[in-house]
Amino acid sequence: MSNVDLARLQFAMTSIYHFLFVPLTIGLAFLTAILQTRWHRSGDPNLRKLTRFFGNLLLINIAIGVVTGLVQEFQFGMNWSEYSRFVGDVFGAPLAMEGLAAFFLESTFLGLWLFGWDRLPKKLHLACIWLVSIGSALSALFIIAANSWMQNPVGYQINDQNGRAQLDDVVAIFTNPVFINAYLHVLFASAVTGAVMMLGVAGYQIRKGNKQFLTAAKTSLVVLFPSIILAMGVGSELGVIEATYQPMKIAAAEAQWETCQPCSFSLFQIGGGNDDQDPKQIIEVPYLLSILATNSPDGQVVGLNELQAQYEQEYGPGYYVPNVFVQYWSMRLMAYTASAVALLGALGLFLWWRKKLEGARWFWGLAIIGIFTPYVMNTAGWMLTENGRQPWIVQGLMKTESAASPSVTALEIWISIIVFALVYIILGVIWASLMFRAARKPLPEDEPTAPDDKSRDDVPALTY
Amino acid sequence: MDLANVWYLIIAIFWIGFFVLEGFDLGVGVLHRFVGNDDVERRVAINTIGPFWDANEVWLIVGGAAIFAAFPAWYATMFSSLYLALVLVLVALIVRGVAFEFRGKRDSQRWRSGWSWALTISSALVPLLLGVGVGDLLVGLPIDADQNFTGTFWNLLTPYGLLTGVTLLVLCLADGAAFLALKTTDDIRERSRALAVRFGIIGLILAVLWVLYTVLGPGGPKPLALVFMVVAALGIAAGVLYQTKGRDTAAFTGTALGIGGAVAALFASLFPNVMVSSTSAANNLTVANASSGSYALTIMTVVAVIMFPIVLAYQIWNYYVFRARLQAPKELVADVPGLKRDVPDAGKDETSDRQHQ
Repeated sequence: MSNVDLARLQFAMTSIYHFLFVPLTIGLAFLTAILQTRWHRSGDPNLRKLTRFFGNLLLINIAIGVVTGLVQEFQFGMNWSEYSRFVGDVFGAPLAMEGLAAFFLESTFLGLWLFGWDRLPKKLHLACIWLVSIGSALSALFIIAANSWMQNPVGYQINDQNGRAQLDDVVAIFTNPVFINAYLHVLFASAVTGAVMMLGVAGYQIRKGNKQFLTAAKTSLVVLFPSIILAMGVGSELGVIEATYQPMKIAAAEAQWETCQPCSFSLFQIGGGNDDQDPKQIIEVPYLLSILATNSPDGQVVGLNELQAQYEQEYGPGYYVPNVFVQYWSMRLMAYTASAVALLGALGLFLWWRKKLEGARWFWGLAIIGIFTPYVMNTAGWMLTENGRQPWIVQGLMKTESAASPSVTALEIWISIIVFALVYIILGVIWASLMFRAARKPLPEDEPTAPDDKSRDDVPALTY
Repeated sequence: MDLANVWYLIIAIFWIGFFVLEGFDLGVGVLHRFVGNDDVERRVAINTIGPFWDANEVWLIVGGAAIFAAFPAWYATMFSSLYLALVLVLVALIVRGVAFEFRGKRDSQRWRSGWSWALTISSALVPLLLGVGVGDLLVGLPIDADQNFTGTFWNLLTPYGLLTGVTLLVLCLADGAAFLALKTTDDIRERSRALAVRFGIIGLILAVLWVLYTVLGPGGPKPLALVFMVVAALGIAAGVLYQTKGRDTAAFTGTALGIGGAVAALFASLFPNVMVSSTSAANNLTVANASSGSYALTIMTVVAVIMFPIVLAYQIWNYYVFRARLQAPKELVADVPGLKRDVPDAGKDETSDRQHQ
């Protein structure tokens, strides 16, 4: 493996891992804030217990999300110094804004929320969890703005003297059509991830007879169903936009080698990949690919072979087709798991409407299994969008092969890959065991009440 | 004033802020084992920084991201040359971050003791390694004309970098002990004060050595840097003096001034370079040749001018809200059963832990 391949392997590994925790943090922070708001309005002690219960899950998760995010930020300079040198002027700005506008907000108010129970005035304490939620959603905003620039670079010019990309229109960065749709897509997918987790955990508790969790389950269902529908709708729109700016990405997702009009969508295929241009397509849905790629049943999708010829003319000799096998299957994995989640949400709402939700043990069983599906969905979605940009690191401007750090040796990258892999595996095991433990605990009988002695109100609790 | 210079100043402020703020919570992270004799006392020590450490660490993230945005070439060369050192820093930061959150999540003596050690070691590694890194910026690393590092891991271990790292570590320990003295009562406070004096004296000796090395060596006698060095030395000395008099706030302020002054002196010595090349002075990365374009810097300045006061305001408010001293409770709070004021022996605790499952 070349140094670039190793650096890619490490980046893929650490980013996928990081993004296991991010959407749950964003989603669960939002849902916890809703539970606390409901407690604030109704004064029902059960809602307070539920807020603390799911807040605890959020904390276990947030810890790993934060620390694995550090790796992401350092990694650009460590492994991709040529990339950083080339794009820092444009790409660095959203990262710095993220720190200033989002991370400070999230971390400060998380501390205030966590240590402020019974010490801050109730309204202020409620505001803290909402600010945590806003902070986590804002951090995704800046990251997606930076990532969308890699998919569809806008608002820059190339400096004649040093050949680097330089920002010349910051508004363009945040009105990039890829950014707007990708950000909404990520937000809705995060709400889905949090809601499915809440539904599944509540399901486990309800099956054990802890009926107090029913209200949390209902809250999660209210969030889940519209979120998954919106995530799919925005995602479909994102596909149409990407078909304009990154036609290779969409053509590869259907393994569409020849130009077609209208184009059908295959549910499965046997074979396929970059060396097999004629795989066996199973169950073809007519017009569906045209609709997905162009919003029109009769739209044209330019095939990979034609695109390859176009790119060679535009960018010189080279192979410009991304890994078709990964594109084809990550697209389907994402779409199918999303559909399964949508069905789960619809089923829950239906049972609730028919007043059969509480006793439907089989549904709660499904909800528990369902916890895993958003992780597959999110990961597949990122594979689709990042793999589909290859061989570019910045679409049309810089290839991945020329972006790595020249001074870092293969041995050094191997060391860091192994170190991060080991640390991440250990973290993952601890995360899972703590999450299981926390999710299976029953709600406490009596909440510890606020201390009577008001003079000690400002003393931080022994939370850790 | 050129915007690139402004951003050098802003970045210096972030790094100074990071070492001043994270400095004391790194120190507490190391020392919590030694000022606390049982689990409750250790928890008290850790909880003095509970509401703050996460936000303090963000100063490093923003300091790094600001280098990326304002000086892409500096970010690219620095982070790729310090590769293995930064891998270690990241592992330490990861372990530290989860140690806070995870330590209290299980009622097992072995679990807590394990995370305690993890917290101590990782908290010590961070200032040591980062100190070596920032020291190397000034003393110089082999960098070629393409701004690429040409050395190996061993080139990073310069005597000057190592002295900078050790000095910063000891100053963090002194600062952490001073913070603990300020935020605790009774036995923990007494032990912390004793440690603050001890580390303050060692820190002062190291800082003076570091100042001499800097001025006679890589930094040279730069007026502004000399001012910060004097501030640092006086701050640490005042910290020790006030500590012996039991004046916690003044002592902590002095020690914090010591760290801040030292880091400020380093950045003042480095300017107008951002990274010195030991290969040839012509290859030095400078504020002028490593910076972003003026448009990007203008946008960033606007964002910083708006956001920074807001961030400062709510961080200060956070410190104000949790300003009181922590006390070891006579009875443990209800949410942690199983851990009594007197620590049960390991075997007994294992049993109770199994019962919980």
